[in-house]
Amino acid sequence: MMRRLFNFQGGVKLREHKRESTQSPVIPANIPKTLILPLQQHIGSPAVATVNVGDKVLKGQVVAQAKGNVSVPVHAPTSGKVAAIGKHNIPHPSGLQSTCIIIETDGMDIERRQKSRFVNHKDLSPEQLRELIRQSGIVGLGGAGFPSHLKLSAERNRVKTLILNGAECEPYITCDEMLMREQAIEVIEGLNIMRHALQAPRCIIAIENNKPEALKEIKLAVKHNNLDFVEVVQVPTVYPAGGEKQLIQTVTGKQVPAQGLPIDIGVVCHNVGTAYAISRAVEHGEPLVSRYVTVAGSVAKARVLEVLIGTPVSDLIEECGGNRKTLSRVIMGGPMMGFALHNDDVPVIKTTNCILVNSSIADVPLPSRSKHALPCIRCGACSDACPVGLLPQQLYWHTRAKEFDKVQDYHLFDCIECGCCDYVCPSHIPLVQYYRYAKNTIWQQDREKKLSDISRQRHEFHKQRLEREKRERAERHKKKRQAVTADAAQDDKKAAIQAAMERARKKRETTNTMPKNTEQLTEQQQKHITEIDQRREKAPGPRTES
Amino acid sequence: MSLNTPTSPHIHDDTSVTKVMLRVLLALVPAIIAYSWYFGWGLLINIAIAATTALACEYTMLMLRQRPVAPFMTDGSIVVTAILLAFCIPPLAPWWIAFLGTGFAVVVGKHLYGGLGYNPFNPAMVGYVMLLISFPKEMTTWLPPNLVQDLNFGFLTSLNAVFTGNLPAGFSLDGITAATPLDLIKTQLNQDITITETKNSYALFGDFGGIGWEWIGNWVFLGGVWLIYKKVINWHIPVAVLGSLFVISLVFFLMDADYYGSPMFHLFSGAAILGAFFIATDPVSAATTPRGRIIYGIGIGLLTYIIRVWGGYPDGIGFAVLLMNLAAPTIDYYTQPRVYGHKRK
Ligand code: SF4
Ligand code: SF4
Repeated sequence: MMRRLFNFQGGVKLREHKRESTQSPVIPANIPKTLILPLQQHIGSPAVATVNVGDKVLKGQVVAQAKGNVSVPVHAPTSGKVAAIGKHNIPHPSGLQSTCIIIETDGMDIERRQKSRFVNHKDLSPEQLRELIRQSGIVGLGGAGFPSHLKLSAERNRVKTLILNGAECEPYITCDEMLMREQAIEVIEGLNIMRHALQAPRCIIAIENNKPEALKEIKLAVKHNNLDFVEVVQVPTVYPAGGEKQLIQTVTGKQVPAQGLPIDIGVVCHNVGTAYAISRAVEHGEPLVSRYVTVAGSVAKARVLEVLIGTPVSDLIEECGGNRKTLSRVIMGGPMMGFALHNDDVPVIKTTNCILVNSSIADVPLPSRSKHALPCIRCGACSDACPVGLLPQQLYWHTRAKEFDKVQDYHLFDCIECGCCDYVCPSHIPLVQYYRYAKNTIWQQDREKKLSDISRQRHEFHKQRLEREKRERAERHKKKRQAVTADAAQDDKKAAIQAAMERARKKRETTNTMPKNTEQLTEQQQKHITEIDQRREKAPGPRTES
Repeated sequence: MSLNTPTSPHIHDDTSVTKVMLRVLLALVPAIIAYSWYFGWGLLINIAIAATTALACEYTMLMLRQRPVAPFMTDGSIVVTAILLAFCIPPLAPWWIAFLGTGFAVVVGKHLYGGLGYNPFNPAMVGYVMLLISFPKEMTTWLPPNLVQDLNFGFLTSLNAVFTGNLPAGFSLDGITAATPLDLIKTQLNQDITITETKNSYALFGDFGGIGWEWIGNWVFLGGVWLIYKKVINWHIPVAVLGSLFVISLVFFLMDADYYGSPMFHLFSGAAILGAFFIATDPVSAATTPRGRIIYGIGIGLLTYIIRVWGGYPDGIGFAVLLMNLAAPTIDYYTQPRVYGHKRK
């Protein structure tokens, strides 16, 4: 049976570079001396540490508890001692630090207890399953890191199709491919569990057609389990076929509404790695403490390793025969959407799928680009490549002109930063960098506007109160004076008082006139605004071509 | 340790403006050869003059505008402009025609509007239209293709003619030059001579277009199709220009074949094919959305026909392109593609 596929528009064909790292089987990476566990490895609120410095921890033990619903716990990936809890470099495009639990491993790898009794997921209710998945610390392993239990809600039976994303469209990344090749049965088991949690009638597993072996294994596993509600489809190898929205369109022909979620069209999409983690958690009682990671690029032996969460990237690079002294660039993720690390002492986290190493000696495999961009020649290569149907050249044009409302007219916020436009641009314009800059500026402006709205409101409130008090004071004075006037008998005195009162009234009237909002700013506010304006003037926008 | 932290994407296609322009130049080679075959050395001499002028002007303007010289001099776009303009200049026109035209195209058409990427009008057509308006006589006296009258001027003779205006003994410029087929039909029609009669009495007409012209057209076409195949240009504009020109000329041809040229004649005479594939597709000044490109192309096709048939100039491609350049930003604005997940506006 062949499912009809619907191509998404645009996209680019990329050289895959997947062969190197798929030649040898996956093995566990060495247990590093120290593990660095950021409290936030997912989207949502950071977990809260439940251990103290000096505590002994066992493999699989909770070391940080989830906080709120959009959060998951963190577990110790191996046994050892908590060496520190504090700021450490984390893998983030900003290069910032964040709170981490640092564990000195003891090399014994002792588990917290005997593996929990075998659970048949059919015995658990969807609600119990979700809780178990949450307690196992599972987040989307495809890259976004959204807590998985939130995407497994059977709420009102809205989910008609569960899509398992095995497309893995970025060059170099091969961890999902190796996972499907080596753990197909577990992946399918995970799919089964998810389906049970979602109460979804049908499932589709989508795999790019450049992974025939993975496809074969998955098909076998489906057949083996007699799952007639699962369909395995091959999708064309076009970047970004594995983008959630693109994949949904490819296999269902439907588009996720703008600003909506896949669930709005009855679809939920999970990564194959997540399915595997769920299977390990439910069937074997193992929380998420390790994952498959591709190490590729300028290393002697590119391969996929099963890596403990928290392992420093530098350890992995050395384990695969890379030279730490000649690193020029280390990408976490793929070459199209991954980000460059500021430091190689950052840990692998739950969402890390690939470490791509570039050496400064040969400047391979990611040669740096000459700094010189030419002006946009409006060739339209970018809009032909954009999988979202945007006009990147117009976005660029208006961003450069700092016309941020126009940029939004051209749907800046629908841009998924896939990089296709940037990839094909003959003028070598760093387009995505411009879009990030525009998005950040707009967010910043919104925040500032909200802040200034609040302070303006406060100020007006204050002003009104002062006015009211003044009025009341005047009122009191008037009464007093009237009393005085009544006592006074002489007419000329009366007249003088009248005149004085007249003057006072006039004065009141002038002070009562409400000044305009902008004139009302306090000196401090005015200074603040000028400062912001100045900063904005000076703010180095993205690299501009000359 | 300090690592480089450029932002994604970290890989890029092996492309550049220079490469794009080189492909356009390559696609023009068959046409240049064919043209030279039928009209002698004139085109190559014009190209040499135009290209030299263009590069000199580009250099001067970059210096004056204090822009980096190397990247812009090597992007190749200015050479494309020069060659396209040279195609529009009669083969043995005096040297200062190509010189003035290219100078105007580069200085006014390109740089005064802000240089590469910012010019709203196609620079080559700005130069061409300036020449046509200022020097109508020089711009409309073409040589007959050598299929009609084999002049067989050598390179030096041609060079001499271009630079001094002197022809070998026994020839005079007025004696050998002829109008282009389009021009001829126009003047004849003004004297109430029908197309059929003109065709019968002049040897300038070939199987379906102008003699010689039709074959040049084929070679231009070939280059254009290659550009589409190589994804340097999209199919939208050429198809829309030629399609609309075909349809409108067919309609009028069917109404009165004596007065209106056949569709094939319109397609294969003059600069229609060159215009459709190489001039209207100049990315900087064209519409850029897919639907916009089609509207833009149709506009050029229709305007070309209107100007050819009812206007004061023999060929309308230049004017049509400039007029549609003017409309391109508006067209783009109203033809934005539907964005993923959005409803069509
Ligand atoms: S690909 Fe680059 S040069 Fe071409 S239109 Fe887009 S931004 Fe402009
Ligand atoms: S980065 Fe944005 S604009 Fe560029 S191709 Fe991707 S979605 Fe389109």
